[in-house]
Amino acid sequence: MSAHARIATRFTIGDRVVVANRTTLGHCRTPWYLRGRTGTVAEVQGGYHDPERLAYHKPGLPMQVLYKVRFLQSDLWRAYQGPASDHLEADIYESWLELAP
Amino acid sequence: MTQSPTRKTFLRDGGDGRAVHDVGGLDFGPIDRHEHDLALWEKRTDAMLILLASKKDVFKIDAMRRVIEDYGQQEYDRTTYYEKWIRAIRNLLVEQEVISADEVDRRVQEVAAQHRKAGREVASDSIDWNGSAPR
Repeated sequence: MSAHARIATRFTIGDRVVVANRTTLGHCRTPWYLRGRTGTVAEVQGGYHDPERLAYHKPGLPMQVLYKVRFLQSDLWRAYQGPASDHLEADIYESWLELAP
Repeated sequence: MTQSPTRKTFLRDGGDGRAVHDVGGLDFGPIDRHEHDLALWEKRTDAMLILLASKKDVFKIDAMRRVIEDYGQQEYDRTTYYEKWIRAIRNLLVEQEVISADEVDRRVQEVAAQHRKAGREVASDSIDWNGSAPR
């Protein structure tokens, strides 16, 4: 099976999205410091088997769309000292994202 | 068939709800950026993971992450990168019933005996494979 596949996507490049601010039970790949933060979709990377299911020896279905989401550093860290345009990009799966209000 | 492992998350003390391993943004002091050589056992551990996860498909890399995240905080912070890996590989092989816990323990004893016979120092404490996380 290929690593990624073409599947229906909920968000598109430029969309403002919020990372779900939920606690986890078990494995996930969404870092704590991004939860509840708002960013912009920078890339739609395609469908991947769901790591939250693969971690328990399941087939990883349904597949999850993976997005590259861009966050401003100053939105993430209190009293950030660097240039205002500094940002980071993180891979976030669709089940963790909602459209920003 | 093996049973599916249960979902659990151990929280970091004072971490405001974050899991033990999820330390991004916490202050752990400066990073040591010096290059260092890998020990032979570390290279072997790396090779074992590639064989088991990529070639043999005994488990996915996500399962390995999950097992490492299941260590208790003290053990997570105390162990090195490849120490986490080799424990996780052992725990997954037992979980997937590829080998038994007894087989691993027996082999560890054999190797320890060989080293003692050769006059090398061997730690006498038993290995806490599950890393002290409450089970």
